[in-house]
Amino acid sequence: MSDRFDIIVVGGGPSGARAALAASAQGLNVALIDEQSAIGGQVWRAKNASILSAPKTHETRAGDALRRDVLASDITHIEGARVWQIETGWTLHVLRKDVSSELTCKSLVLATGAREYVQPVPGWTTSGVLGLAGATALFKQSLTPPGKRTIVSGTGPLVFFVASEIRRLGGEVAAVVTPNSRRDWMRALPSMLGRPALLMRGAIWVADLMLAGVPIYWQRVVTDVSGDDQVRGVSIAKLDQNWARTSEDIMLAADSLCLGNGLIPNIEAAHMLGVPIRHDHALGGWIPETTEDGGTSIDRLYLCGDGTGIRGAEAAAHQGTLTGLCAAADLGHGTVNLQKQAKAKWLKSARFGMTMTALSIPRVGQAQLTTPETIVCRCENVTRATIEAELNAGAQSSNAIKSGSRAGMGPCGGKFCATAIAQLIAQQSGAPVANIPPATPRPPLRPVPLSIAAGSFDYDALPIPKPAPL
Amino acid sequence: MIRLVPNHALKIVRSAPVVFTFDGQSVEGHAGENLAGALLRAGRLHLRNAPANGGPRGAFCCMGLCQECTVRIDGQVVEACRTEVTQGLAVERAG
Repeated sequence: MSDRFDIIVVGGGPSGARAALAASAQGLNVALIDEQSAIGGQVWRAKNASILSAPKTHETRAGDALRRDVLASDITHIEGARVWQIETGWTLHVLRKDVSSELTCKSLVLATGAREYVQPVPGWTTSGVLGLAGATALFKQSLTPPGKRTIVSGTGPLVFFVASEIRRLGGEVAAVVTPNSRRDWMRALPSMLGRPALLMRGAIWVADLMLAGVPIYWQRVVTDVSGDDQVRGVSIAKLDQNWARTSEDIMLAADSLCLGNGLIPNIEAAHMLGVPIRHDHALGGWIPETTEDGGTSIDRLYLCGDGTGIRGAEAAAHQGTLTGLCAAADLGHGTVNLQKQAKAKWLKSARFGMTMTALSIPRVGQAQLTTPETIVCRCENVTRATIEAELNAGAQSSNAIKSGSRAGMGPCGGKFCATAIAQLIAQQSGAPVANIPPATPRPPLRPVPLSIAAGSFDYDALPIPKPAPL
Repeated sequence: MIRLVPNHALKIVRSAPVVFTFDGQSVEGHAGENLAGALLRAGRLHLRNAPANGGPRGAFCCMGLCQECTVRIDGQVVEACRTEVTQGLAVERAG
């Protein structure tokens, strides 16, 4: 199958969907490809088919509005589809229901969103430990709390949102543990005052936890997870300003743990296509180089949303509109006025989003939470000690660590260990993490069955070279 | 006790229960829900064994990236977080 679209947008979160809507409204033939069965991305993820009815939340309403708009548009929504390879010019290899097909377009917009960073600590691989953002994905689609009694640990506003959602879904929060101090939040307050509705939501989450008597451990961190095949409890310790441990551990009992250290942009697809990347802590780490309206150094390739830097859902939506309009304008459709409006809204909402991102910027002490015995690469079961042995043997880059120790080579494609590995290299070499780029991304972008990656061929069709003359 | 965040657990209406198996044991879920969620609610967290040390692993990222929740269905390795529960589904621990 080969369909030629004017524009294909990859990623159906707020940014990708708004980009597709903006371009479609200019009369272009637009396809929106997304892994999930419904539009919304991670942040506005739809409930699965088992939920017949449930009380609506802020996220449900925002997601429903986006889903309605896409449904009412002329966009071709290709749902439940995974883009596993992209060829410049643009041909996308898309896996859907165990069948791979090729889609082509004139211009490509990548809105690949974000994933989360979790600083590896001993026991973080135990069943019952969920990522903090991962937990929100579970809540949004299944309305299921992570366990009966959960410890919620992490940075920024997400830790309070997750704790609040657990209570809303009938679970018990044993404790909230956050590396941020009250002072970190006081510093963020001035930028939050411009967004009173969001500030109010956050205040309700915290006040509710306090009324319920849930202990909030500020400026503390989970240092160890105990339990064999299931979480039994965690150890927590106090941190200094640089997030280095200062006190002895205390133990807390729980049957589940949500753990996270902020979001990081999904840059693999853009990086693989040759978009230069740079490091910016204020935007969540490595980001692709783009212009403000989403253009890149590669002709007819555009990027938008959290995949270009963590600025939050609202900013991502406005940035998507802006990028969709620009991609349409480059194909000869559209007006400058709409772009100006979208850019102004984007820049305003981005300021708030970046204030929240700042609460998760890694600090020097946190790397020490990953002890020598801690598994860093979950897929290949590689510990910090093994990675350090590789460094001592002369490895100096993420690529060298990958080929030497297999860390980052497993089925997740290094998505959950790349940041920690770069941290270890930085520490050993004394160089800043900005000098340690992630390993070269390789296709497939998503796991794909070998039979599909190999494609179909006929032995008789293989060219057989003539025998060499004797 | 005053709650600023209401408990919505009793206001959630789920589809009819279905029964599937995990390593031969019956587990109850709801038609159309994702397998990772159903297994988690049933207290079945250990979904696969890690390479090298065989350590127990379960759902982690819940968004189809980390590959920790992979299980075996009809001989194929699939992500539990991206698989729908159906009546009679036979799920096995992977790895």
